[in-house]
Amino acid sequence: MSDEVSAEILTTHILDLAAEGKRLDGRGPDEYRPITVEPGFVATADGSALVRIGDTAVLSGVKLEPGKPFADTPNAGVLTTNAELIPLSSPTFEPGPPQPGAIEVSRVVDRAIRAAETIDLTRLCVTPGEKSWVCYVDIHVLDHSGNLIDAASLAAVSALAHATVPAKRFEVAEADYPLEVNHFPIECTFVRLGDTIVVDPTFDEERAAQGRITVATDEAGQVVAMQKGLVGAFSPDDVKDVVRRAFRHGERHRALARGGSA
Amino acid sequence: MGSVGAKEVPVLLSPEGLRIDGRKLDELRAIRLQVGTLHNADGSAFVEWGANKVMAAVYGPREVHPRHLQQNNKAVIQCKYNMAAFAVDERKRPGLDRRSQEISKVIGEAFESVVFAEEYPRTSIDIYIEVLQANAGTRCAGLVAASLALADAGIPMVDLLPAVAVGKVAGKIALDLKKEEDNFGEADLPMALVPQSGRLVLLQMEGHMTEEELSRALDLGVQGCREIYEKMKRALRERYSTGPVGGSS
Repeated sequence: MSDEVSAEILTTHILDLAAEGKRLDGRGPDEYRPITVEPGFVATADGSALVRIGDTAVLSGVKLEPGKPFADTPNAGVLTTNAELIPLSSPTFEPGPPQPGAIEVSRVVDRAIRAAETIDLTRLCVTPGEKSWVCYVDIHVLDHSGNLIDAASLAAVSALAHATVPAKRFEVAEADYPLEVNHFPIECTFVRLGDTIVVDPTFDEERAAQGRITVATDEAGQVVAMQKGLVGAFSPDDVKDVVRRAFRHGERHRALARGGSA
Repeated sequence: MGSVGAKEVPVLLSPEGLRIDGRKLDELRAIRLQVGTLHNADGSAFVEWGANKVMAAVYGPREVHPRHLQQNNKAVIQCKYNMAAFAVDERKRPGLDRRSQEISKVIGEAFESVVFAEEYPRTSIDIYIEVLQANAGTRCAGLVAASLALADAGIPMVDLLPAVAVGKVAGKIALDLKKEEDNFGEADLPMALVPQSGRLVLLQMEGHMTEEELSRALDLGVQGCREIYEKMKRALRERYSTGPVGGSS
């Protein structure tokens, strides 16, 4: 009960600050927390990346193995994205089947990767209708301090960008080769705090938020995915404004996804 | 979208600028709305929208199950979107999949944004959406059905929630995609509008759109929602008027 009360007080404080254009951690409304991308964090994965946005930490690992293409897409490989909000990352997560929050993170990340055609799935086909690569993108949230979608998608895209197709191990080809990544979708999330719309919300800001909106952009100037979440509303002009902001942040984060940084 | 290695792409836009079913770019499919279609539910509605058939029921405010979800200061709004196994061409595995869980979440949040939940503390308002026949745009049809069902159940709300998807078909921004346009089109952008405030409480997007196209798509969607809003109000009046319009009651 006292948790609820302190959360309520914090929410009021966050909203009061937002009305003056301020944030609890001193950032401006359009400022991200520091971001680091550490590719190759897990040696057993075919591709991986540990992403930190402020205190939020998300690890993504890519595994490829030979499998069967879907009947309706015989010429394409298979891509599946899965996010786990494991109990280690927050006192509010419990073990068990994936909760709607985790499902939303994986669906929104998956949507951006798929819509942007990040990977040409037809290149993952080995024998049409019989054999193709199945690419698993698994996302583990290690520390939940807000804005999981941006951290998860940056980790996933970065892990794909640094992945190797284990062709030799599975005796599909003579040698392993790098996974071809054609596009770099970047997701950018905002929340409404009163009349202000701030980027990269913290856990407490998300709890105070009156609506959340994520925009995924690619390097070719296209919006490839969007998702409005939480309780709250945005006007069409709000949406147009955050799209503009998402393009700008996207540029910078894309360089991190490609190169990694410390 | 979703067309990797798929069959032949049909002609989505004729040289005259008409769509696969003869509609103009800013034209909705035929929509039929019926309120109060189920006996047991506190509120219900049936929506036939193009070749979609969607039923929605509302139960509540009633006791919360499971109990631990109960909130002391407001009603919890629980939304379940489900698609029947026979609703699509290739049988869908019945039960909860990730797609339905995500849709349930965003629709539930959309309604939480407009329902006066604080009027009914310690209760649950349960919204069930059943897609019986699907042809693109089922989440919007479900939202419209659920919104009418909530009104039918007498739940106080800021406003009804009209919803529609805008997409990109053969390079053009088009209102209310049907299945072929959704499968072979270049983008899909479902939205739900609060007509009173002009704000969106549901918004998703997948595909490819430039900033300028997205801006036009939003405006077209809002226009479509306002058209659907009128139909929704008419459907409610039909349900609750006791005689011929203008007659004594």
